[in-house]
Amino acid sequence: MNRREALSRVGLILGGTVIGAEFFLSGCKSGSSVNTDDLFSKETAAYLNEVGETILPATATPGAKAANVGDFMAVMVRDCYTPEDQKVFKKGVSDLEDASKKKFNKGFMEADAKQRTELLTALDKEAKEYNSKKKPEEPNHYFAMMKQLTLLGFFTSEVGATKALRYLPVPGKYDGNYPYKKGDKAWALS
Amino acid sequence: MANLNIDSIKDRTFDAIVIGSGMSGGWAAKELAEKGLKTLILERGRDVKHLKDYPTTNLYPWEFPHHGVVPSAVQEANPIVNRCYAFGEDAMHFFVKDAEHPYVQDKPFDWIRGYQTGGKSLLWARQTQRWSNFDFEGPARDGFAVDWPIRYNDIAPWYSHVEKFAGISGNKDGLAELPDGEFLPAFPLNAVENYFSKHVKDKYKGRHVISARCAHLSKPNQIHLDQGRGQCQERTLCQRGCPFGGYFSANSSTIPWALKTGNCTLRPFSVVHSIIYDEKKGKAVGVKVIDTNTKEAIEYFADVIFLNAAALNSNLVLLNSTSGRFPNGLGNDSGTLGKYVAFHNYSAHISAEYDGYKEWATDGRNPAGGGYIPRFRNVYKQETDFLRGYAAGFGAYRNNTRNSEGIGADLKHNLAKKELGGWSVGSHMMGETIPKESSYVMLDKDKKDQWGVPLLKISVDYDDNDAKMKKDYIEQMTEMFTSAGFTNIQAHTDTRAPGLDIHEMGGVRMGNDPKTSMLDKWSRLHACKNVYVTDGASMTSTSCQNPSLTYMAFAARAVDHWVNEKKKLNA
Repeated sequence: MNRREALSRVGLILGGTVIGAEFFLSGCKSGSSVNTDDLFSKETAAYLNEVGETILPATATPGAKAANVGDFMAVMVRDCYTPEDQKVFKKGVSDLEDASKKKFNKGFMEADAKQRTELLTALDKEAKEYNSKKKPEEPNHYFAMMKQLTLLGFFTSEVGATKALRYLPVPGKYDGNYPYKKGDKAWALS
Repeated sequence: MANLNIDSIKDRTFDAIVIGSGMSGGWAAKELAEKGLKTLILERGRDVKHLKDYPTTNLYPWEFPHHGVVPSAVQEANPIVNRCYAFGEDAMHFFVKDAEHPYVQDKPFDWIRGYQTGGKSLLWARQTQRWSNFDFEGPARDGFAVDWPIRYNDIAPWYSHVEKFAGISGNKDGLAELPDGEFLPAFPLNAVENYFSKHVKDKYKGRHVISARCAHLSKPNQIHLDQGRGQCQERTLCQRGCPFGGYFSANSSTIPWALKTGNCTLRPFSVVHSIIYDEKKGKAVGVKVIDTNTKEAIEYFADVIFLNAAALNSNLVLLNSTSGRFPNGLGNDSGTLGKYVAFHNYSAHISAEYDGYKEWATDGRNPAGGGYIPRFRNVYKQETDFLRGYAAGFGAYRNNTRNSEGIGADLKHNLAKKELGGWSVGSHMMGETIPKESSYVMLDKDKKDQWGVPLLKISVDYDDNDAKMKKDYIEQMTEMFTSAGFTNIQAHTDTRAPGLDIHEMGGVRMGNDPKTSMLDKWSRLHACKNVYVTDGASMTSTSCQNPSLTYMAFAARAVDHWVNEKKKLNA
């Protein structure tokens, strides 16, 4: 799998445009970046794990927290996002927290599972509406970033690839004409 | 040099020196060593041993810090190589980074390089097609470049020779424009690729969609097992180096084979400064090398030199090999050295959808990539307003439908279930470009690299013929796609610089006339008959096939010629 392919397949997982993809592909003009120590503290990663778990919860298979998507998000934002997107992401963590306080009078970590789902469902809707009107030069929505990185991190993680999906590192054959039956698990990226 | 005593010179003297250990140099070394010649292979980069030096080959996606994405700092530092399709987190250690080996772009040129044992043979896309006489006769028929000094029959046995050893999968398609070879079983076309193949055959005389021929061991023969290589396992992670030796690389095949003879020495970290020409003897006597670790200059001596440094670097070595006899570069009596460089035009592709065959899918991953459409334009006669033509890739695939609406358990379920959408199809062009005197490489007058070798200045560009051909590709493919019932047909063009095709060729072209070419029909310099050039530099024209197989065949043929010449002299 080459990187173009990887990204297009990531795009398939995510079902749309990948934030940072144009950047992943074309390289960045990074200037001064935000203070990553602050952004990616242990507490922040733990917080993002809970956000991720709300987006992709444990069901019959493990969820995003088991894949430690919080750390993955931190690494990707630090190493693969533009400084502008880094700032949006960083502010997004506190925006999310503010939204929780406003809605439930308590922080996201204190909210229960139902409340978390309710909050992130609303943010998901908000991000979708924002994106439908967004001009290319306008900033990305922080929740769209969190959701994309959760999906990417989870489905390329060990638990995501091997438990939620099927992972086949060594196919050992190629059959060009294979009858199609829907219903199995989808294949993970190799 | 520290030590000039006779023993030292003896230690530095070989029967043959091969400059470069990649696609063609590996072949030269293997053939020389097998024929009993004491051979020195000079590699400018580090040594990369098969298996041992493939650090990412067995990593899982989650074992890469960024799950495959190249970090922005690496991208930022490498705008050129970052444009290469194979430059990912899993293979970036095999590519030359932009700052490591600068060059001068007189015009934009993405020079993609791999400086290590095996060179770019570790990283190539593994597509292998023979040339036909329609290709070798091209320049003479269409009045550009110079006539090739050989025809298909001259090289056909050497294609067979290298195909048997390298292992090429393919079907015997019986096409005059794309001669059959010594094939292992082909990888199959899928339902929609087959459908399009049949449709094109029925509706378009002289056009064909075949299974792509590629250097993968679909079913290894004993000769491949003897190399320690095994069957391709369809991982399609080839750019990492294959733990099975499932595809051909110099690392998995020719280089270890050459070393196993006991006749061959591989010297990594050896940048070639120049080839040493002896005015009295009237021939080349050796090679001046800079050790990249110690910066020491060392001379090695041999009866014959095979120059396989990769197309543009072979130009560089000859340009930098000056003497009283050859003030403008070794063998450059004609003044053509460095000129008539060309490449392949990949700057258009087309995508579409097909609503049918939904009961069929594929299982596993196809290392051949799908279908191949040999050149159908201007094959038998000139029929368009541009010269030559293009080959095209063709592939069909079904992706999982991805409903990423909402969050929570439903989202997770929707993304994890297997539910394929309809078929998508795509094609990309691979156009022949015309070598021109105005497309050239030369030594920069001032700038040198850290070893004192002048930087290469590259001045290569598209022309009007390329623009017309690109337009025709889009028109023809759109028509064929429409005729086949494909929908949502979208043509895409880009403005990529030459070089990103990684098929740069020429500058040391073959030809019959020493006044207008550098190499004779045996791939040796007209004016210095113990120097052979059998990599991309030697190409008189580019045709539109993927070129590596032809370089390999030229290399094996040239060694055979040298050994026969020697026998004649000794008889």
